[in-house]
Amino acid sequence: MTSITNKNGAGRPLLEASKLTKIFGSLKACDGIDLSIGTGEIHALLGENGAGKSTLVKMLFGALQPTSGDIGWKGNPVTVSNPAMARSLGIGMVFQHFSLFDALTAAENIALSLDEKTDLNTIAARARQIGQTYGLPVDPDALVGDLSVGERQRIEIIRCLLQNPDLIILDEPTSVLTPQEADLLFVTLERLRSEGKSILYISHRLEEVRRLCDRATVLRHGKVVGQCDPRKETAGSLARLMVGSDIHVIERQPVVAASTGPNNLLEVNGLSQKPRGPFSVSLHDIRLSVQAGEIFGIAGVAGNGQGELFEAISGEVLQERPDIIRIRGKDAGLSGISARRKLGAAFVPEERLGHGAVPDMPLTDNLLLSRYSTDGKVFLAGGLLKLLQQSSLTLAAKRIIAQMDVRKSAENPDASALSGGNLQKFLIGRELDRNPSVMVVNQPTWGVDAGAAAHIRQALVDLARGGSAVIVISQDLDELFEISDRIAAMVHGRLSEAVPIEAMNMERVGLMMGGADTSNQPSAGAA
Amino acid sequence: MGMFEAILLTVATAATPLLIAAMGELVVERSGVLNLGVEGMMIMGAVAGFGVAQMTGSAWLGMLAAILAGAAFSLLFGFLTLTLVTNQVATGLALTLLGLGASAMIGESFVGLPGVRMQSLNIPFLSDLPVVGKLLFGQDPIFYISILLTIGVTWFLFRTRAGLTLRAVGDNHTSAHALGVRVVRVRYLAVMFGGACAGLAGAQLSLVYVPQWVENMTSGRGWIALALVVFASWRPWRILAGAYLFGAVTIGQLHAQALGIGIPSQFMSSLPYLATIIVLVLISRNKRLTLMNTPTSLGKPFVPDR
Repeated sequence: MTSITNKNGAGRPLLEASKLTKIFGSLKACDGIDLSIGTGEIHALLGENGAGKSTLVKMLFGALQPTSGDIGWKGNPVTVSNPAMARSLGIGMVFQHFSLFDALTAAENIALSLDEKTDLNTIAARARQIGQTYGLPVDPDALVGDLSVGERQRIEIIRCLLQNPDLIILDEPTSVLTPQEADLLFVTLERLRSEGKSILYISHRLEEVRRLCDRATVLRHGKVVGQCDPRKETAGSLARLMVGSDIHVIERQPVVAASTGPNNLLEVNGLSQKPRGPFSVSLHDIRLSVQAGEIFGIAGVAGNGQGELFEAISGEVLQERPDIIRIRGKDAGLSGISARRKLGAAFVPEERLGHGAVPDMPLTDNLLLSRYSTDGKVFLAGGLLKLLQQSSLTLAAKRIIAQMDVRKSAENPDASALSGGNLQKFLIGRELDRNPSVMVVNQPTWGVDAGAAAHIRQALVDLARGGSAVIVISQDLDELFEISDRIAAMVHGRLSEAVPIEAMNMERVGLMMGGADTSNQPSAGAA
Repeated sequence: MGMFEAILLTVATAATPLLIAAMGELVVERSGVLNLGVEGMMIMGAVAGFGVAQMTGSAWLGMLAAILAGAAFSLLFGFLTLTLVTNQVATGLALTLLGLGASAMIGESFVGLPGVRMQSLNIPFLSDLPVVGKLLFGQDPIFYISILLTIGVTWFLFRTRAGLTLRAVGDNHTSAHALGVRVVRVRYLAVMFGGACAGLAGAQLSLVYVPQWVENMTSGRGWIALALVVFASWRPWRILAGAYLFGAVTIGQLHAQALGIGIPSQFMSSLPYLATIIVLVLISRNKRLTLMNTPTSLGKPFVPDR
């Protein structure tokens, strides 16, 4: 599609930032950034994690004050001293992280960002209506703490749209949507553009930037390294601008055929489970088996039971019978996490901070926490005293950090001091370091920049090709297509039949995720 | 007035200071601040209330002074923890120690002086109704304030926009700041409200419960109020229930001791504490509800990044 009014320089820019600089201590997070966004334009902001995108955006939204530089809004110089002021100017923002309140309902969360005194019932009704119009269904009365990442993002978007802003800043909005839902969102965004609204669109997904955006500003290490019309670029050329070098292409050797005997390293036999909380999903007769050497991808929109399935396989929730989960041929349905780890399995949950890692503990302590049962001999000494062997922990941490190319600021930083991508590399590396024969990962690269994501995917492929069975639960379909050997989709707590990657395409997986797959294979296990 | 009626009246009098102090602390904690100085603020309220009432002869002026003293004293806590970002636990403990010491010093000349008792309501006819008359229509004004306070706090927290903002600040101050809420200001107001309530609770002790000044006369009620808030899972009606349970067992064990039951008095004296905690632990077993109501950023320092 072409836009008529908003070619470069046409008309006065809605927002114009010049020489914006933000210094934290000795770090120049943003270094003299110029950015101009025209009226009725979808402007992409590209850059790896740590390139300064979120710092820049926070300054535009008033959550941070620039060290130097100016912001012009509708032709006038402004000082955006706080987010409330940004909103009153007409700048809305959909945050990627940390802006919802877990203990409050969706409607209450939305109410907090509206300045007017509207009662909750009206807000709930308006949220429902906006959600329907834009294909973002939400339950306004649901507690946000019970919602999945995808549902939270929907609330963020609705909350922003309800403020009726002139400029909408969207931080990775499609990372949790199905292709069909993303298409709906694009329709919404294009409609907003045709209504004369401007959008600052932050994304790692280069294809959608090329499809949607009129202009792109690319950041690297806090500086603008390029401005372009993404429609005239290729994904490769955009990635080169972003990363500064070519993106690593995942190498996948074909699966080595099973040599002898049963080599289903992980089996799930008829897993059913009642919902554990008022908003959690029940699981219905889930059956799957993963062989040595293959990656089994599980697609699905957030909140369809992926989290519950992960908890069931990892042993956070035990099953009714031992044979429901079998790891390396042994019944594990009644075994806890440590016992399953000892059978050779490894698990990386979705939430990094708080679930995968203890935020305020250094990496070595976090390493020990997941490995003390399986590698106690290495990391603990003194017999029953179980004294920490700091030297071997440090050694192992160093090995993982080197292996996974974890970038850190201190020798042994707290988990919370790492960026999302680097922490994820460490958490995956922590498990890979054991060379597990079964690996289950939930959302391996959510919010991780392109370079780190490629590294993680390659590591998972290498693990599988080395003879392990890997399950990847992901909402990123490009990722699943890139690394999986078979893909199944979860919908309403049921798992579809797995389809070999050769027979798979975007449309079909989208239908499967919507629960409407007309599989051409005669199904054996599906209920 | 029958025996039963008299017991009910004393139960209400014993429960009221706990209810008021806990209700104030509830608001403070819902905003994400842990103020362990309740005992200190309460005793400051008690001494200020007694002193001013004694000097002016007006219990009402004494009550006002107690509220102001509690709020002013909490402002010290607010300045230290919110502006200077000191550790909330340590600062709260220091506040209690300071309050106990300062009140003893201020009140040295008050010891033994006759106090001014706050008069109970006496509505002709209504107050004379059997059983409920005194209980509903013949109590001291602070009792009625405590009930109104419970209703008011519940309404404020769960029905008003300001209450929603306060809960949001307590749940996640980073997000609240990102939305443009003035986190520190909200917390200052909450802390001062908590201080005012603690001061009022202190005034109830020195103007109603035992109208005189005795050093350390709060005798740990501030701590019980703190425990009530936690064990009531930060919900107002459970605090009311807990406070009255404590009051009932306190009075009940006194009567039991007077009747000469052969149980060691030390055990009987510890009963109110034990019973309150056991019951509240039992009713707070629903983990989900507890998690839902626990202010996530409780006790965490907030420094906005600029």
